[in-house]
Amino acid sequence: MLAIDNLHANIGGTPILDGLSLQVNAGEIHAIMGPNGAGKSTLSYVLGGRPNYEVTQGSVTFNGQDLLALAPHQRAAAGLFLGFQYPVEIPGVSNVQFLREALNAQRRSRGEAPLSAGDFLKLAREKAALLRFDMEMLKRNVNVGFSGGEKKRAEMVHMGILDPLFAVLDETDSGLDIDALRVVGEGINNIMRRPDKAVLLITHYQRLLDYVEPDYVHILSKGRIVTTGGPELAVRLENEGYEAVAA
Amino acid sequence: MNALAHPTTRQEDWRYADGAVLERLAPARFEQWRDIAVAPGEAQCECFILDGSEPELLRLRIDVGDGGRAAIFAVNAGADYTRIEIAVHLAKGAHFSFGGVTIGGGEATREIVTRLAHAEPEATSNQVIRAVHWGRATGNFLGRIEVARDAQKTDAVQDFKGLLLERGATTNAKPELEIFADDVKCAHGASIGQLDEAARYYMAARGIPPEQAKSLLVRAFVADAFRALEDEAEQERMLAAALGALGDAV
Repeated sequence: MLAIDNLHANIGGTPILDGLSLQVNAGEIHAIMGPNGAGKSTLSYVLGGRPNYEVTQGSVTFNGQDLLALAPHQRAAAGLFLGFQYPVEIPGVSNVQFLREALNAQRRSRGEAPLSAGDFLKLAREKAALLRFDMEMLKRNVNVGFSGGEKKRAEMVHMGILDPLFAVLDETDSGLDIDALRVVGEGINNIMRRPDKAVLLITHYQRLLDYVEPDYVHILSKGRIVTTGGPELAVRLENEGYEAVAA
Repeated sequence: MNALAHPTTRQEDWRYADGAVLERLAPARFEQWRDIAVAPGEAQCECFILDGSEPELLRLRIDVGDGGRAAIFAVNAGADYTRIEIAVHLAKGAHFSFGGVTIGGGEATREIVTRLAHAEPEATSNQVIRAVHWGRATGNFLGRIEVARDAQKTDAVQDFKGLLLERGATTNAKPELEIFADDVKCAHGASIGQLDEAARYYMAARGIPPEQAKSLLVRAFVADAFRALEDEAEQERMLAAALGALGDAV
């Protein structure tokens, strides 16, 4: 589904990714762990097409398409979802309006008919309930006044409504208390644990992996993947630290 | 100034105007005021959309009697020099509410000028002005609030925000408060910025194309100006008029 080959990327001339390769097949959940500064967030932003992240070498193929040739909104329409480490507040735009515009823009670009306001609200209600997210909060402005945990849960509601094929979740577990962590973990399983979907879970800690069991765990260090293993690798990391395991 | 002279940019109230257009207009145009009188205890609300292709002046003189309420909402989206000027006299306990937007590109200067006289005690006013410009356009807001010596318990709020969509566009904001009473609340704010890049990228990452993201953000920005407009259909009509001008923006 997603094939990253020898990816090099810079921010403001500083090389961050240094020959990263990774293959993710449909039906798989991959976790990427690594110390601060390893390039985890850069990887997610390069995949999401954030401005100022410059790819200098390598390729990313998503379902046979050259992902890097697509504009960010086209990547979303192609089925890529980026869960933000720091979700952005947008005063004056309600979640409902934002998500309906987003979903319908994606549908139009795929040649599907847009959802009516009524059908959209029904869908939003269903997904919000799945993540135990208060529907009233969806009527409020995007992330404005939300706590850290609420923002992350709202991200999962976005994912549920937009129903992507592939989700890159950048530290979705940071800022969550234990109950919220469980809700988010269950949400990822419910929405994305399907034979036709895949997830790249970027995380610092093993905690989230108690709820979302990855098929593969990769350790990222200095811009490339240095070790790959199964879920047991995350447990080893938690016990022994990055230096011991990645060396 | 004699009756047949036109104003020039040397005058404080006209300093950011388009001087070449002022010279071109017939001096008589500057003598035309529309008077609105709101009787004590009465309420009146009017909406104006200026989106013509010729220079235009809309000058309102509003007199609000004791406990009366006047509300004016305006979109200034003219293609040439366009000025909306409002002079308000507030009697005891009167209220004035204003929401105005200047929006547009090209080379034109669009301005909103308000002068509020809080002449008697306990009057309140609330003004929300938004300016959205691109190209080589200029948007101006000159807002004066005069609080008379015995106009105690005056409560006046003035809020201006400018949004420049590209380099080359300009906004000028000139809040002016003259307060001669001592027990009053006068709040004013003026800020100028550009579109939030983080919000634009966030929208793109969710699948919203750049043009649509810009329109949503501009809509959210100008909507503040019409929030006090109670009639929702009118609110929608004013927003649509403002956003209609966005069509030719970069």
